[in-house]
Amino acid sequence: MNQPRVDTQRKVGDEVRQTTCYMCACRCGINVHLKSGKVAYIEGNRDHPVNRGVLCAKGASGIMQVTAPSRLRAPLRRVGPRGSGAFEEITWEEALQTAVSWMKPLRETAPEKLAFFTGRDQSQSLTGWWAQQFGTPNYAAHGGFCSVNMAAGGIYTIGGAFWEFGQPDWERTKLFVLFGVAEDHDSNPIKIGLARLKARGARIISVNPIRTGYSAVADDWIGITPGTDGLLILSLIHCLLEAGKIDLDYLAQWTNAPLLVNGAEGPEKGLFVRNAESQPFVIDRRTGHPAPWDGKDVQPDLGAEWQGNRTVFRHMVEEYLKPAYAPEAVAARCGVTATRIRQLAAELADVAFNQSITLDRPWTDFRGKQHANMPGRPVSFHAMRGISAHSNGFQTARALHLLQILLGAVETPGGYRLKPPYPKPVEAHPTPHFVTSPGKPLTGPHLGYVRSPDDLCLLPDGQPARIDKGFSWENPFSAHGLMHMVIPNAHAGDPYRIDTLFLYMANMSWNSSMNAARVMEMLTEQRNGEYVIPRIIYSDAYASEMVAYADLILPDTTYLERHDCISLLDRPISEPDAAGDAIRWPVVEPDRDVRCFQSVLLELGARLGLPEMVNEDGTAKYKDYADYIVNHQRRPGVGPLMGFRGNGEAEGRGAPNPDQLNRYIQNGAFYQAHVPEEAAFYKPWNAAYQDWAVRLGLYETPQPYLFNIWSEPMRRFQLAAEGFGPRQPPDHLRARLKQAMHPLPIWYPPYGDADAAFGYPVHALTQRPMDMYHSWGSQNAWLRQIRGRNYLYLPTKIWQAQGFEEGDWARVSSRAGTIVVPVAHMAALNEKTVWTWNAIGKRKGAWALDENAPEATTGFLLNHLIPELLPDREGRRLSNSDPVTGQAAWFDQRVRVERVPAEDHPRGTVEPMLPRLPDPPRTGGGRAQNSSKNFAKSFRKLLAPGGEAAR
Amino acid sequence: MHPALSVILFSTLSGLGFGFLAFLGWGALMPSGWAAFFLWALGYGLAVAGLLAATFHLGNPRNALKAFTQWRTSWLSREAWASVATLVILAPVALSDIFALGLPRLIGQIGGALAILTVFTTAMIYTQIRAVPRWHHWLTPVMFLTFALAGGAMLSGRAWAPLLLLALGAVLLALWRVGDGAFARARQTLGTATGLDRLGVPSVLDPAHTAGNYLKREMIFVVGRKHAARLRRIALALASILPALILLLPLGVWGIALAALLHLAGALAARWLFFAEAEHVVGLYYGARG
Amino acid sequence: MTALPQTTARKLGLVIDLDTCVGCQACVTACKGWNDAGIGLSDQDPYGADPSGTFLNRVHSYEVAIPDAPAQVVTFPRSCLHCDNAPCVTVCPTGASYKRAEDGIVLVNEDACIGCGLCAWACPYGAREMDADQGVMKKCTLCVDRIYNETLPEEDREPACVRTCPTNARHFGDLADPDSAVSRLVAERQGYDLMPDMGTKPTNKYLPPRRKGPGDASPLAPLLDIKATGIAGWLDRMLGKL
Repeated sequence: MNQPRVDTQRKVGDEVRQTTCYMCACRCGINVHLKSGKVAYIEGNRDHPVNRGVLCAKGASGIMQVTAPSRLRAPLRRVGPRGSGAFEEITWEEALQTAVSWMKPLRETAPEKLAFFTGRDQSQSLTGWWAQQFGTPNYAAHGGFCSVNMAAGGIYTIGGAFWEFGQPDWERTKLFVLFGVAEDHDSNPIKIGLARLKARGARIISVNPIRTGYSAVADDWIGITPGTDGLLILSLIHCLLEAGKIDLDYLAQWTNAPLLVNGAEGPEKGLFVRNAESQPFVIDRRTGHPAPWDGKDVQPDLGAEWQGNRTVFRHMVEEYLKPAYAPEAVAARCGVTATRIRQLAAELADVAFNQSITLDRPWTDFRGKQHANMPGRPVSFHAMRGISAHSNGFQTARALHLLQILLGAVETPGGYRLKPPYPKPVEAHPTPHFVTSPGKPLTGPHLGYVRSPDDLCLLPDGQPARIDKGFSWENPFSAHGLMHMVIPNAHAGDPYRIDTLFLYMANMSWNSSMNAARVMEMLTEQRNGEYVIPRIIYSDAYASEMVAYADLILPDTTYLERHDCISLLDRPISEPDAAGDAIRWPVVEPDRDVRCFQSVLLELGARLGLPEMVNEDGTAKYKDYADYIVNHQRRPGVGPLMGFRGNGEAEGRGAPNPDQLNRYIQNGAFYQAHVPEEAAFYKPWNAAYQDWAVRLGLYETPQPYLFNIWSEPMRRFQLAAEGFGPRQPPDHLRARLKQAMHPLPIWYPPYGDADAAFGYPVHALTQRPMDMYHSWGSQNAWLRQIRGRNYLYLPTKIWQAQGFEEGDWARVSSRAGTIVVPVAHMAALNEKTVWTWNAIGKRKGAWALDENAPEATTGFLLNHLIPELLPDREGRRLSNSDPVTGQAAWFDQRVRVERVPAEDHPRGTVEPMLPRLPDPPRTGGGRAQNSSKNFAKSFRKLLAPGGEAAR
Repeated sequence: MHPALSVILFSTLSGLGFGFLAFLGWGALMPSGWAAFFLWALGYGLAVAGLLAATFHLGNPRNALKAFTQWRTSWLSREAWASVATLVILAPVALSDIFALGLPRLIGQIGGALAILTVFTTAMIYTQIRAVPRWHHWLTPVMFLTFALAGGAMLSGRAWAPLLLLALGAVLLALWRVGDGAFARARQTLGTATGLDRLGVPSVLDPAHTAGNYLKREMIFVVGRKHAARLRRIALALASILPALILLLPLGVWGIALAALLHLAGALAARWLFFAEAEHVVGLYYGARG
Repeated sequence: MTALPQTTARKLGLVIDLDTCVGCQACVTACKGWNDAGIGLSDQDPYGADPSGTFLNRVHSYEVAIPDAPAQVVTFPRSCLHCDNAPCVTVCPTGASYKRAEDGIVLVNEDACIGCGLCAWACPYGAREMDADQGVMKKCTLCVDRIYNETLPEEDREPACVRTCPTNARHFGDLADPDSAVSRLVAERQGYDLMPDMGTKPTNKYLPPRRKGPGDASPLAPLLDIKATGIAGWLDRMLGKL
């Protein structure tokens, strides 16, 4: 019999346009197939450095974002009470005029009354620059509630960080250890890397309370108790020191281990001993005399003691050889047996020192010394929010970097490699700028790296200058600001009141805030007939939970309808072997009255007359964002994009090229500048790399530096806390500054642990699933089918102790509140930990979902349990954040879990159930559904009544 | 398996109809005139109503005629042929009965045999499915055939109909007893379904999708144990014991009618259970068994 | 057409590596996107209270209790196995369901499908889903409209799920050829069949997770007795080596 004919030659579409994905922060290259001008199919771009053709579940579902019924369609002005969802549609002219009429008087009188905070936007070099031109000190992006412990911990220690700013040497590493890595960030590159390791038979170990995703495929799993990673790491360091398994040569050459630490009591104690030229120095082993730290043939003596001043190395060894760090001493606290800790230390040492590798590549270091080859220690690490979202996260990140350093496994073959523009020392970053002057821009960028108390953003009276209290004594190194504290602080008038809150892509009335229900109250609370936060302007593409709480809505486009640049000035798409940047461009035109937020921002800037945004005649300098991307120059010759500058051949530096965007489009929407082979490793000290980075425009002069085992900036804060120096912290912060600002990586219990004594013994965590991203994917019709409800996973110990059964619920309480949620059993879980998937729960009525959508009825957030403030008997408002950086301490959370049998919870919906959010005007619809079969369908339903489908 | 009303109606009505048609074809009653018209109409009515109900189970009935093409391999296709052949061959017999045309009875006997064959093909549609261990047993066709024969004997007023009805009861009891152990005997678990029995004992952590899907609706149906036990008792009483007892009473045609109604109700209950209690191995992937 | 071919020249299929699958669901939506653009895979009530849709590939998540070791999580993609002895084919009354003689791919000819659902019943693996809008049966086609598609670049002529898989957990090839990369993988890693007792002879194979647990590095020996020598002793021993 003949087989049917199959069309094997189907054409996907009539055109392919290559752009950059925005379904998460990964920035993969995508091929968007169009059919008759509509998006037909999205796949990964094989030539793209980030994803090499693969694409995740979110990326392939991007097509559903364009047709989502939750999309906003025109600017909106609030007409009813805040939160009521009563809006009227207005024209863009009205919207822009309104915004200008609110902002202009502020700029002329008190610029700090405008607070501009952006969520997960990828245009921070634009938004930050705009805020700087406006002159408000109150700007940051979302890093404060996301990653700043990792970023700052890394920058202050190795001049680069985990997250996406570096990666293991996937080609050569033999042992890869993950700490607290969930699967959401830099996800495709890590997945691709894991596949490469698996293909080579390299070993993967995951340290994580939860064994899912990467931890599930890891060759070994260490189910650590949350918040104790730092202690485990320091114990590993203890073991390595005890056995002498550290890379002395590496420490002597590339770190501040041989620098001398001032041992004399007084204001200099703990700072580096400096010579007449104010340079720290080392003791040369050959002479026993001081020698410059960057001297060509100097052989630094790690163990030196000179005039009563001991080296960093000696301080370090003395600290970590203490019995308090022995595996036996930390085992119970970490939830890991001493044997396991010793095994892990032995594995690290074995791979680093018995299986070391050497690349046959001669190179020259910054001291001028020539090296015949590049020795490497093929041990690599990666860490994520699991270690950073704790109030000891900064120190834990530092501890992990220290472990890498001791093994000689940073920037060496087989180890951890940084991606341009990193490595970059603290000294190459700006300090924060904050001094306002009505009608004038700030004198520099808002965010930076503090070197000493002198750099804090404090008003003359010592009060924080920023609304989020960034760079204050409460969190001196808050390099990303504290977006999570903006609304609570503005509401409390602490440190002062603001007038207009301007937000972009940040779901602050839901999953991006701690204590979400309370935040909603803060947004709607009135005083003397006016809202406590008088005006809120918000830009988003979708009817998120935040829309209802704003006064003026500026509807954004989707990522397929806009220009963007993923810039070296911001968060580029570099690889260890290449600097990289990318663009987005409108592969389809918006079918409604929405505008790219960045273009709107530039237009607002022009209407406000912001200096860099208007020509001399007062006209707008930039037509739109695309115009800015091409023509803006941050420094002469250096703009948002590095590729195809000047005549189209210039790389990094060059005059603006009007054809630049076209060239990017022709090149697959990205550009790469490759690192020369001899510059690929030892980058912080490699002369060839330093020269290349200067040529490319990453910085103006070579910036070699030593890794900071001992952190002098931290010690300066400790000194202040001890009473030295003109700038003094408030007394109530002295003790915690002394503890948290220890110049060596240390561990202290996360602040949340204090709740254990009040009947909240259990750790509560969230993880972001690989198939859903924050709040901007959950309304996606495909993805919500995969994960439209979440359960609280309980470990066997809790499950059995309370006699939980399938279908049960749990009452989960913390000192901030109580929720009632569905539960499921999970054995592959730390026995003191419960967890759930993050941001699956949606507010009823949001995201254009049916009000009985599972996301609203059985999906839930832990945010309601997480207090934004630490308990304080004096009534002071201390944020629930890391004391060094202000990173939101989401994972400090402690709870109590009580069984609610299914029969006692007949309603079967989560609590609290907040009132339904009214639907703002939007386009509605979704993709047309074929209804021709509806009759047959309903008839079949009629014939097939009753019955209960299994879960 | 999801107990879809269309399939339950189809298999019970057509089973009873073809059973009765068989007896009519075999000449068990030899009616004539209006009586013949009504009796044959009842047989045809039941059989055709069942077949029509079955078409409601189809997602795309436009292509229904194509179902005749695959008789070499497909029991469903064979059923289509057998049912149509039965209805076509018995039509002249019915006309002959009604109008006393005197057609040779042999045709009726062939038609009757085809009617029983039709029921057998229906049964084999379910029996052949290994993925549903409860169905994959010789008792399944026995049950279907016993239903058809008992029903037909009952409707045609055979004196030994009560015996067949009681036999049906025995078959049902046997089927349930055997069926209850069938899944376990098939030795399929989540471990074999995933191959993870190599590693240890698997259990479901997260469903593949939290949303519903065709598989879960169609193949995974959970019926409460108590509910099932009660329904079994009802089915046994209504389909077998009560009609048998009623037929023993001297109630004449009314007795047959009453018995037939009860029997049909019992048959529907038994058939509902036949689907509802049948566990498909795909349920293993969703943690429904094992 | 529902007779199975006696033999197929090739046996195209997938080898799925459970040791590397992280359960990211990329293959699920890549499949959905590609096939929605092609044969159409509808969603019912997509933004509603009870959404439901046709997917040809779903990824489960299981936990495995292991004696004397912590429980393990295994994510498990499930789609059509393109069985040699495909029960879904022989039950089909219309011939819509068939197995191709040239490459062994099991397909549904939607023009002939009556939507009776019997093939889905016959399949032990849940590989078939009835599309509620179209009323016909849908299943993995092994991207037959990609693997031979000359309008695509040659490197893209593989199933969408394989092309997109970020961890390279999905391999596509000819399992009839013992020298093919997929066959060698199966041989090296003890690839196995799902529910072999069902007699379906699946073409697709699964590779089991590798053994997990602590490594075999020998324990670290202390440099010396620090309690006895103090830090100074340790430094002498340590730096003497430099």
